[in-house]
Amino acid sequence: MAQVSMTVNGKAASGEVEGRTLLSSFLRDQLMLTGTHVGCDTSQCGACVVHVDGQAVKACTMLAMEADGADVATIEGQANADGSLNVIQQAFQDHHGLQCGFCTPGMVMSAAALLKENPKPSEQEVREYLEGNICRCTGYHNIVKAIMAASGQDVTAIAAE
Amino acid sequence: MYNFEFEKPGSVADAIAALGTEDAQALGGGQTLIPTLKQRLAQPSKLVSLKGIAEMQGVCTGDDGAICIGGATNHATVASEAGGYPALAATAAHIGDPAVRNRGTIGGSLANNDPSACYPAAALGSGATIVTNTREIAADDYFQGMFTTALDEGEIITEVRFPVPEKANYQKFVQPASRFALVGVFIAKYADGVRVAITGASNDGVFRWAEAEAALSSNFSPDAIDGLSLSGDDMISDLHGTGDYRAHLCGVMTKRAVAAAA
Amino acid sequence: MPKDGGIGASSKRREDVRFLTGAGNYTDDINMHGQAYVHFLRSDIAHGTITNIDTSAAAGMPGVVRIFTGSDFEGVGGMPCGWQVTDKHGQPMQEPAHPILAQGKVRHVGEPIAAVVADTLEQARDAAEAIVLDIDELPAVVDMKDALQDGATKVHDDLNDNLCYDWGFVEENKDAVNKAFEDAAHVTSLELVNNRLVANPMEPRVAVGDYARGTDESTLYTTSQNPHVIRLLMGAFVLGIPEHKLRVVAPDVGGGFGTKIFHYQEEAFCTFAAKACNRPVKWTSSRSEAFISDAHGRDHVTKIELALDADNNFTAIRTETHANMGAYLSTFAPSVPTWLHGTLMAGNYKTPLIYVNVKAVFTNTVPVDAYRGAGRPEATFQLERVVDKAARELGVDPIALRRQNFITEFPYATPVAVEYDTGDYHGTMDKLEEMGDFEGFAARRAESEKNGKLRGLGVNCYIEACGIAPSNLVGQLGARAGLYESATVRVNATGGLVVMTGSHSHGQGHETSFAQVVAEMIGIDENMVEIVHGDTANTPMGMGTYGSRSIAVGGSAMVRATEKIINKAKKIASHLLEASEADIELKDGAFSVAGTDKSVAWGDVTLAAYVPHNYPLEDIEPGLEETAFYDPSNFTYPSGAYACEVEVDPDTGKVTIERFAAADDFGNIVNPMIVTGQVHGGLAQGIGQALLENCAYDENGQLLSASFMDYAMPRADDLPMFDVDHSSQTPCTHNPLGVKGCGEAGAIGSPPAVVNAVVDALQSAGKDVTHIDMPLSPDRVWAAMNG
Repeated sequence: MAQVSMTVNGKAASGEVEGRTLLSSFLRDQLMLTGTHVGCDTSQCGACVVHVDGQAVKACTMLAMEADGADVATIEGQANADGSLNVIQQAFQDHHGLQCGFCTPGMVMSAAALLKENPKPSEQEVREYLEGNICRCTGYHNIVKAIMAASGQDVTAIAAE
Repeated sequence: MYNFEFEKPGSVADAIAALGTEDAQALGGGQTLIPTLKQRLAQPSKLVSLKGIAEMQGVCTGDDGAICIGGATNHATVASEAGGYPALAATAAHIGDPAVRNRGTIGGSLANNDPSACYPAAALGSGATIVTNTREIAADDYFQGMFTTALDEGEIITEVRFPVPEKANYQKFVQPASRFALVGVFIAKYADGVRVAITGASNDGVFRWAEAEAALSSNFSPDAIDGLSLSGDDMISDLHGTGDYRAHLCGVMTKRAVAAAA
Repeated sequence: MPKDGGIGASSKRREDVRFLTGAGNYTDDINMHGQAYVHFLRSDIAHGTITNIDTSAAAGMPGVVRIFTGSDFEGVGGMPCGWQVTDKHGQPMQEPAHPILAQGKVRHVGEPIAAVVADTLEQARDAAEAIVLDIDELPAVVDMKDALQDGATKVHDDLNDNLCYDWGFVEENKDAVNKAFEDAAHVTSLELVNNRLVANPMEPRVAVGDYARGTDESTLYTTSQNPHVIRLLMGAFVLGIPEHKLRVVAPDVGGGFGTKIFHYQEEAFCTFAAKACNRPVKWTSSRSEAFISDAHGRDHVTKIELALDADNNFTAIRTETHANMGAYLSTFAPSVPTWLHGTLMAGNYKTPLIYVNVKAVFTNTVPVDAYRGAGRPEATFQLERVVDKAARELGVDPIALRRQNFITEFPYATPVAVEYDTGDYHGTMDKLEEMGDFEGFAARRAESEKNGKLRGLGVNCYIEACGIAPSNLVGQLGARAGLYESATVRVNATGGLVVMTGSHSHGQGHETSFAQVVAEMIGIDENMVEIVHGDTANTPMGMGTYGSRSIAVGGSAMVRATEKIINKAKKIASHLLEASEADIELKDGAFSVAGTDKSVAWGDVTLAAYVPHNYPLEDIEPGLEETAFYDPSNFTYPSGAYACEVEVDPDTGKVTIERFAAADDFGNIVNPMIVTGQVHGGLAQGIGQALLENCAYDENGQLLSASFMDYAMPRADDLPMFDVDHSSQTPCTHNPLGVKGCGEAGAIGSPPAVVNAVVDALQSAGKDVTHIDMPLSPDRVWAAMNG
């Protein structure tokens, strides 16, 4: 066991982990930040996406010790300071970009990373960026629409409701 | 996962020392290794992360004009910083997905030599030099079949040097589930000839298509491929395509790469 | 003008806030004090005899609490099957025992053999590796037709053969159907495969068992679509726990799509082991484990024939289907290829004679059961493919051929035992033609050809049966359960309501849409209504959510309970207003006396019910809480017409969806936003089946597509934006909301449109291709083009 320390959603966090402890396990089981989900074991579904030092990564495919000293952001830290949904979260609600909610934390974190890199992505750019995030409920239509809306683009031309 | 020790050295020398432990293994980005460990298909005693080694990070241009990439440089960094070799940057920009590109490293990919990975095609197609802590290995000598390379136990890739061609392009036809290459063709046109490297297709891993290279070296146009074909007999045949289909795609993707080469 | 609340409004989903902030409460988020973890040692071979299991070394390993094997479950019930099909000879299906842990034999890769309970999951895995296990491998039966050969290896030694049942429907029509084929002017026939799929909800299954020694009460937290069904099956048939000592909780569930309907061994095991070990026991499936332990879907091999007269009227349909059951009967498996499939073979057409034969077959594969659509996609696919093929053979327009044969008068009794109450198939086809811009297709095709691509247009119709189901009917058909739904409406003193429903939401948004209905009925703000679901301790006995039944059946129960509330509240109001009950009207959350300005607010009435100082105690009880059970009198019959445009890359065989239009008739709509989202999701799964998803075994019974590395899930860049419309509305005639159900339509209606479109594209290039089996992956399309 070894001590790891990191900043998670702006707060210092530390704990004892084994070499094999995944970042996703550390967040879920030790910090009780259960919004980071685990939907596969082959690093494909993206339900576990968090940001480490500002970069989107799959928390199920990174050892907790590799995040020692890092600045980690999870879905739990995304809302505005007053607790209201941030622009991306609000767009997901407004445009029905989620159903069962399981892939949603990873989708929101990937969307945030995308919009940081590319503030006004095209539909195709959004779809390509989401290659590593699988949703089984929505058919992606409303996820893509929500992300484009969150970027400030007019989505009224995209089929209604 | 079986448990293991974790070490994150700050220098190549310390990494080599750490890898001296019996059954120690180097950890690049872990994007293949960690899923493998989850299945308990490997049992290293220690993982030695190479991510903390500053001298193995980043992209630069060598005196000979080659693009030099630190072994622990992730794909996203190559995509954004290897602008001196646009086809290489574009290849890196389409490996895996964005989150994978933020972790996965060129050294990790080449050391693993997955038969469907993109970087082996880029390295072989460019005639890159794989630089390790002990030596320099020409790409033509480095790739020795599926998941097999010239690396010795405890040897790590510290840098990869890509000579910049006049024109190059990588065309990937993805396997629809894994999104690895079902067939990926990297072509590069140098002053002394054209190189064509194909990943995803062969049971022997990445390979050069000599006939296509010869044809393209004398006539660098898609038509040059007409009439050339590879045999499907030695190609991978699986749920996603027969050997014959892969052999066919090799031709299609080669033509497209030539047409798109810039 | 869209409404901003109540029925018909696209109210934003209230559940989204917790999901968007990481505050959902999924089963894997639940951890109990003192919890241990179970790891299942699963068979890695498809068929064999267990000759030795030695757990002694493993039992002494660090952290091990206890190791269970099949012998620990002798005398414990096996996994029950909830539906008994009677074969064409009047005999019951063959029904094998289905143990919690393997008893002497293993019959599919993934079958649990032993279970190690330990302090940590890794310790459990370590110990599982130390179990000495010897299995004598037997030949595996994988192909269904091979399984039915004389002398084939039997999956179950104690059964006669591998045939679960041979079902004929309607057996009495068989001769007349055969005669119609003899008399036909044209017969189109088609052999096809409805590919095996894995549902893959993004949340893998999880079970946490807990036991309270003091009260002898067991609790199971599980990823289920129907906690009451699990409580009934597990309590009564497996573990012998009376329902009042067993609580089943299905909290936030991350998608189901059918595969979380069924009662699984892991649920029974965790409940059993929690008591045996006196510790909570948790199991979390990995995705790899899910592939070999979640029930799969589809897997039919069918020959369908369509007879037409000289005027192109459909005169008869004859089908023969082999349906894979896998190694054991999952909870509702036998019903899927029969009553959920054969009864839909009329589709949208007035074909007078239909005969459906289904042979259900045991193989050494994972059990197969309902997956989104369940039987109806299989029926729709073969019917709409054969109709399309017939149109091409006859050289007539596929839409015109369909229209010519549409059912137009309702109610309509089909020759396959169901009665459609309403529908307007021309209406949805008209809408589709408007949406699809078919006039512009030729120009789009020309544009594609300029880019070296082939373009195809495929159209199809569908009908489905939702709102399952009248209990007395399904009882006659072999169901071992009723299929009503329940709701309790509890009004609080200050006027807020809690609706406790037997339906279960795992993505459908019931917390929002159900509240809209009750709020509209009373005339109060939606936010005054809370929907509670998923816990048998605080909801009435209900059958859960599947088969697009929630709003049609669960919603109806809620309406009935709310009507009871309103009736009682009116009595209270009449007392408070000193008026006749008959004169009391409820509008906008206030009771008034007709023709006067006298009124009393909803909140004053509810307060009076709980503070009955001024109250007609001699006539009615205090309190305001009512329960209703609703048993539907018929299925509901959503229908629609879909169009797909594809481009095919002739060099690689890759198909891309360029346009997809869906015109559905769901009857009345409660929340259009949610309905549209349900259609989107269904379309993605249907397109996934048509182009990407393929659950494949090798001849030894090894699963080839055993992870997301080989099972192609649709991703964002595989799909287009969808054009979805549900303005064609013929309300259901037999439920109070006039609703039909929308959850499965997209998955049912889309696969034939995709395949029809690809065939159209290839034929446009002169290729003699009349069919390609799904998924139409690039290699298959390329092979068909170059065959």
